[in-house]
Amino acid sequence: MISIKNIYRFYIDGFRNMKLGRTLWKIIFIKLGVIFLVLNYFIHDKSLKSEYKTYDEKVNFVYENLKGK
Amino acid sequence: MEEHLVDWSRAQFALTAMYHWIFVPLTLGLGFIVAIMETIYVRSGSEFWKKTTKFWMTLFAINFAIGVATGIIMEFEFGTNWANYSWFVGDIFGAPLAVEGILAFFMESTFFAVMFFGWDKVGKKFHLLSTWLVAIGSNLSALWILVANGWMQYPVGMEFNPDTVRNEMINFWDVLLSPVAVTKFLHTIGSGYVMAALFVVGISAWYLLKGRDIIFAKKSMIIGSTFGLIASLFLIFSGDESAHQVALKQPVKLAAMEGLYEGKESAGIVALGMLNSKKTLSNDEETFNFEVEIPYALALLGYHDTTAYVPGLKDLVYGNEARGIMSAQDKMNQGKLAVRALEDYKEAKKLNDTLKAADARIVLEENMQYFGYGHIKSPEDIVPPVATTFYAFHIMVGLGGWFTLLFGILLYLSMKKDISSYRKILISALWSIPLGYIAGEAGWVVAEVGRQPWAIQDLMPVGIAATKIATTNVMISFFMFATLFTLLLIAEVSIITKQVKIGPEGEQ
Repeated sequence: MISIKNIYRFYIDGFRNMKLGRTLWKIIFIKLGVIFLVLNYFIHDKSLKSEYKTYDEKVNFVYENLKGK
Repeated sequence: MEEHLVDWSRAQFALTAMYHWIFVPLTLGLGFIVAIMETIYVRSGSEFWKKTTKFWMTLFAINFAIGVATGIIMEFEFGTNWANYSWFVGDIFGAPLAVEGILAFFMESTFFAVMFFGWDKVGKKFHLLSTWLVAIGSNLSALWILVANGWMQYPVGMEFNPDTVRNEMINFWDVLLSPVAVTKFLHTIGSGYVMAALFVVGISAWYLLKGRDIIFAKKSMIIGSTFGLIASLFLIFSGDESAHQVALKQPVKLAAMEGLYEGKESAGIVALGMLNSKKTLSNDEETFNFEVEIPYALALLGYHDTTAYVPGLKDLVYGNEARGIMSAQDKMNQGKLAVRALEDYKEAKKLNDTLKAADARIVLEENMQYFGYGHIKSPEDIVPPVATTFYAFHIMVGLGGWFTLLFGILLYLSMKKDISSYRKILISALWSIPLGYIAGEAGWVVAEVGRQPWAIQDLMPVGIAATKIATTNVMISFFMFATLFTLLLIAEVSIITKQVKIGPEGEQ
């Protein structure tokens, strides 16, 4: 019977015994940090979600872009 | 919309998509190659195959770890740079991406852990099952992304709702089983398999050239070249069907792929040629400075009929009544009617005029298939960059032919001769690794540049799809993404190179 404890041990032992994997995890965390913190907050500061609060506002914004000039 | 902004937004999306595609194909193909090697290990019980599997699995992990989440940036961009597009596509994009997220997260990540941590901890057969499920899971993830892309090339299974100004899915199966989506999926994963096979035979060739790990390299070469040859032959068939779908659904793209300005019956394919840079739609200059043509081949490829009429760019822009081809101007007129009807509908709804709203909705529905043309300024604007599309297509096809030949030669030499003594072939195999990536990127250039100016074929041009944000923001983020991805690529190449130098006998 596989218990929660066995699954926990499986992952902990796996992470402990990693060699190359540690470097790869560092790269993954640095990358995610850059993507989610730096780029998301400092560059992508505007979006439909952040600029318009209600559904109707969003509909209206897109409609204004879709209608003839 | 300011053209400068749209161009920077397009450049940014192209940059992220192309870098993302550097990491994806190896995951798609190498997963199966590793699973095949592990199957041999489980069946034979040989420690040699266990070591071989673990070596290639390590390279798979490096690529997976560095590539993971690079696609998330594109999802950010949908929301920020392409807000109109994101809203307009509605749940059509959301549903496949949600399924992809669930599959990617639960299937890949769960069995990925077993694959790497489970050696000697779970049974051999369960470990093997996990390896196969990781390979299948990564390909299923690709399916949903490519279904979404297929919909952009050929939008089906939806209905436009003028109240919400977004498309709503009315038939999931039409979206999933659209012939464009199916062929796109098969052709794209096939190219990933070829690229992964090139990676395996190229690295095996390096070992043979260095005179080390000979048995390992020879056995890997046999697996890689067999897998590559089968994948290459599969690519030929899926490519044929893909071209057929392009001919039917995106004839302007097909004409650009072949630099075909004048339509003709029994049109041939230009096997080799150089476009005349002075050629435009409105002049009578020769299209090519020189060309070598295979007669009938384009008619056969596009329409599966050697006598078929293949429309040229002039037919598709200016129309050809005798051939029943509608002009871009007529489509623009219908598109303008659709856009006007949307405005009338909105106005009528505001005034609670239900009769007028119903009339406007009928006009909108009748002309909706050309809605995007309502925003096109001149008929000539529907032509994509011909030179880029033409050369990208020919580079892809030419390299695809070379890979098929290479895999055939490598397999023959591996099985019948001592491949170690064929140094020129081994050097060719090694240098074909980057060529595989060039071919894969070229394929995406054909698919995406070739369908310009559309973000969604016939429904939404890129100029309308883009969000009006500060151009400088897009420019800054372009260079930040370029830096981030370049660093990731350098990390990938250097870690893989280090691991290859350590070799299959070293620590993994």
